Amino acid sequence: MAALVEARDLAKHFTASRSIGEMLRGARPVVHAVDGVDLSIARGESVGLLGESGCGKTTTGRLLLDLVRPSAGSIRFDGDDLATLDRKGRARFRRRAQLVFQNPFDALNPRFTIARVLAEPLVNAKLPRVEHGERIARALERVRLPPLARYGDAYPHQLSGGQLQRIVLARALVLDPEFIVADEPVSMLDVSVRAGVLNVLREVRDTMGLAALYISHDLALVRYVCARTLVMYLGIVVEDGPTVDVVRTPLHPYSRALVMAVPVPRVDQSHAKLPIIGNVPDARNPPSGCRFRDRCPQAQARCAAETPALRDVGQQRRVACHFV
Amino acid sequence: MAMILEVENLHVHYRTNRGNVRAVDGASFSVPRGSVVGLVGESGCGKTTAARAITGVMTRNASIPEGAIRFDGTDLTTLDARSYAALRWRDIAFVPQSAMNSLDPVYRVGKQLEEVLVVRGGSTRRAARQRAAELFELVGLDAHRLRDYPHQFSGGMRQRAAIALALALTPKLVIADEPVTALDVIVQRQVLDVVRELQQRLNLSMILVTHDISVVAYVCDQVVVMYAGQVVETGPTGSVLERPAHPYTMGLTNAFPDLERSSGQLTSIDGDPPDLLTPPPGCRFAARCPFALARCHVEAPPRTAIEAGHHASCWRIDEAASLRDQAREVATWQRS
Repeated sequence: MAALVEARDLAKHFTASRSIGEMLRGARPVVHAVDGVDLSIARGESVGLLGESGCGKTTTGRLLLDLVRPSAGSIRFDGDDLATLDRKGRARFRRRAQLVFQNPFDALNPRFTIARVLAEPLVNAKLPRVEHGERIARALERVRLPPLARYGDAYPHQLSGGQLQRIVLARALVLDPEFIVADEPVSMLDVSVRAGVLNVLREVRDTMGLAALYISHDLALVRYVCARTLVMYLGIVVEDGPTVDVVRTPLHPYSRALVMAVPVPRVDQSHAKLPIIGNVPDARNPPSGCRFRDRCPQAQARCAAETPALRDVGQQRRVACHFV
Repeated sequence: MAMILEVENLHVHYRTNRGNVRAVDGASFSVPRGSVVGLVGESGCGKTTAARAITGVMTRNASIPEGAIRFDGTDLTTLDARSYAALRWRDIAFVPQSAMNSLDPVYRVGKQLEEVLVVRGGSTRRAARQRAAELFELVGLDAHRLRDYPHQFSGGMRQRAAIALALALTPKLVIADEPVTALDVIVQRQVLDVVRELQQRLNLSMILVTHDISVVAYVCDQVVVMYAGQVVETGPTGSVLERPAHPYTMGLTNAFPDLERSSGQLTSIDGDPPDLLTPPPGCRFAARCPFALARCHVEAPPRTAIEAGHHASCWRIDEAASLRDQAREVATWQRS
């Protein structure tokens, strides 16, 4: 399968805020939010990017959409390097790749009517006005919302969270993109409406043949919508494989702890202690070698000396661990 | 079973300029001594209001027009502010959702623990210092960190510190409001493990307010499911989660993705909860319920026993088994 989105050695470094001591010493600490990520997403493929807060998953999503510029590495979209796009090419890319925001209550301008919210991307893309109605109608149908006539004049605060999140999704789909990045698309919603949005995401995946990156800390959600999953830890991808396999037989010690930590809505579940030590280390000074080593129960001397590469281990799986 | 807490027909109203919001409207449940009770429901169902009413810390516009909260024999609703204050922390402790709400950012964490022990617990400074170290150890924190300020702690550590603070005076009842919601999965699990272990070791009685059924399944012995200000189902966790008898509980359990059981489609409950300014007559859930009969819209269903300790309020409770099967189908919940 030809990749639609392809990132090579992607890195993003941010200058961290400094303490007074660091200012006096003239130190300029840097956070390696994303530190060498390789990934590819095929046309029509839904990939989950899983990790805890601060692991760099949101930054990765923003890099792929060209919302922040990488410090190193390259991103290709449909063969074109994003860094070399001219103005016209960039405008075209903006139409083909869209972001679905996390918090539907913040993502919509409170002073725009729903009709205007949905038309805005079309206006920005300079599409002829005659097409607007039809495109909006199609997008609403995809997210299973009734036709606009019933609430087009309403303002965002008059709609419920579930409806708003569907509007946010419809706004991203109104330009018929080929790629979307959805950053925690349901984390702000109540459980009873969350399932509805997840089902819409699945339908959109199946009917539009959309390539999608779902960023989430919730493995159960990723499992529900994504065929493939990438697990991130402190700025790097530690595991990549079919979601089913990552859930059933996680290979990286971090993924193992992560899978075990996910609570299930049943009484008969394991209460065993998690195979993980301590807390997430300071992202400004990650450990040498394997970044997970000081929390890994299996770590050995080699893990401190040598950084494990994300290597192919067969059956479409990749792992960054010396002992797999 | 001896009950540490019995909430009976509790009503909590909020005065607003639009009128009286009946946030809790006739809720009854109890907490057996030494067990963890999960209070579940969605935003606005009244679970936090009910929990706050028990601690006696409510906003100015809140009132309890009706109902009783019996704690260890005393009806808390009859207490004056002073006797309530004496009870709080010593007998009933509270762990808020965001630990930053219980920790003062300008004092060292250890200092705050000692303060509680000295001022409320009447211990000496020296004894307090030692006890603070013990408490830190109890929740799995290094005693060195007592000298740190809250901002130097990670989210999970803060939540542990908040738990230590709540346990400082060995209360009889701990009420935790979404104690792990803001945490990452791994940290969440670690904090839940601390809660479980402490609960078993100290034989604590607890109320855990949460929207997350998985959290309930992991730590709670009993569940109380709330909807629109009322309790719709209560019972032992296993019984309620495996054989839910109220359609709302059925919908809720089927809306949760389960990591180990794959594929099956999730169901969502269309519509919104009713406006609590003017709650509808009959069953509050009727408007969203796929199984509602004409009667459900008019007459409120009584609380009915299903099996030992398991109750639900639904007119079609005798058909629960067949409704459960139908509730698993997405089509059941879809409305034209």
